[in-house]
Amino acid sequence: MKPYLRSIKAKWTLQDYPDNTTYEAGYLISKNAGWRSIRPVIDTKKCSGCLQCYLHCPDGVISKRDGAVAIDYDFCKGCGICKRICKLKAIEMEAESK
Amino acid sequence: MNVNANTLNEDEFFYGHKACAGCGGSLAVRIALKVLGKRAVAVLPAGCMSAVGFNFPQLCFANNAIISTFAGTASMLTGIEAGLRAKGITDFVAVGFAGDGGTADIGIQALSGAIDRDDNILYICYDNEAYMNTGVQKSSLTPFGAKTTTTPAGGNVRGNLRPKKNMFEIVAAHGIKYAATASIGYLPDYMKKVQHASEIKGTKYIHVIAPCPTGWGIAPDESVEIAKEAVDCGLWILAEYENGIFSVNTKPKNLSALRTHIKKQGRFKHLTDEDIDHIESLRDSKWENGGQ
Repeated sequence: MKPYLRSIKAKWTLQDYPDNTTYEAGYLISKNAGWRSIRPVIDTKKCSGCLQCYLHCPDGVISKRDGAVAIDYDFCKGCGICKRICKLKAIEMEAESK
Repeated sequence: MNVNANTLNEDEFFYGHKACAGCGGSLAVRIALKVLGKRAVAVLPAGCMSAVGFNFPQLCFANNAIISTFAGTASMLTGIEAGLRAKGITDFVAVGFAGDGGTADIGIQALSGAIDRDDNILYICYDNEAYMNTGVQKSSLTPFGAKTTTTPAGGNVRGNLRPKKNMFEIVAAHGIKYAATASIGYLPDYMKKVQHASEIKGTKYIHVIAPCPTGWGIAPDESVEIAKEAVDCGLWILAEYENGIFSVNTKPKNLSALRTHIKKQGRFKHLTDEDIDHIESLRDSKWENGGQ
């Protein structure tokens, strides 16, 4: 369970807006990928699955997968905390190419 | 159950938010919600976490969450707790996430009232030591010497003149059920305290230090490390208050690291050696009083 991307209509009509100040929780319409100039890349051979990067990611984009970890690049902002926290140096920051 | 990276809830309750890269506050909120689970009802006053979490229609909380008035975090928690209890709902945690300004300046009256009534709520203050959301203005939790837009560093005045308000002791002085300080540099300790607090009936307060790369003048990847260093050099004390007794959880590892820790941060760049000596003396007098 986590907030996920929805496809939004190009044009909103009055009926689409909530008629009070509540709305569905975890409703995402935009990614954060464009904020990034560098991206973390995990070397799964070096990764021991200690999960420190998963624990310390402010955006929660690192998840457990097959004894190692995986990154959701749609929402990673490229802060680099994961690289710094990794004792095994299994994460490298690479420049985003256009 | 012992919470750690392996046993932590894999669900994400604070995801896709628009906080700056490397934001310490968003890490504090994310981890607390992972410990508390989907039955947490979150209250967020004006501040970074409500500004980055609710940009309709981008709504980044997966659990129930609501924005309160700036001054009313604790009173809204009181209302939510009473309302859900009246409806016969028991398996929830009413949790508030307020910044340092929303806690120590603007929300202190509502918080004090809630503690006095001993309402069954958990109040978490993520302390980034200034009003970061509006562009770094001084709060009463801004430490001595820090440069903000309202305490600028110039030839005569070098940043904030007043020491940091001791919010933990102020809260403890109410005779609260449980209060604790934490740091995002020590997440296992923070998770343990959130877990423990959620099991206590009555008012609970956790004060977590959460560096802000934008306001502190540090690189985005440094926020966790800076929060750890603040504890290691004795500037931030990890402590608990329960049943009327204070206990200090850690001893500083490297008191002499204070100078390099201060110098790493852009907000302290203007400080002279004498200013840093003063910060050191403030720290030492605190430890002489038994860490309180």
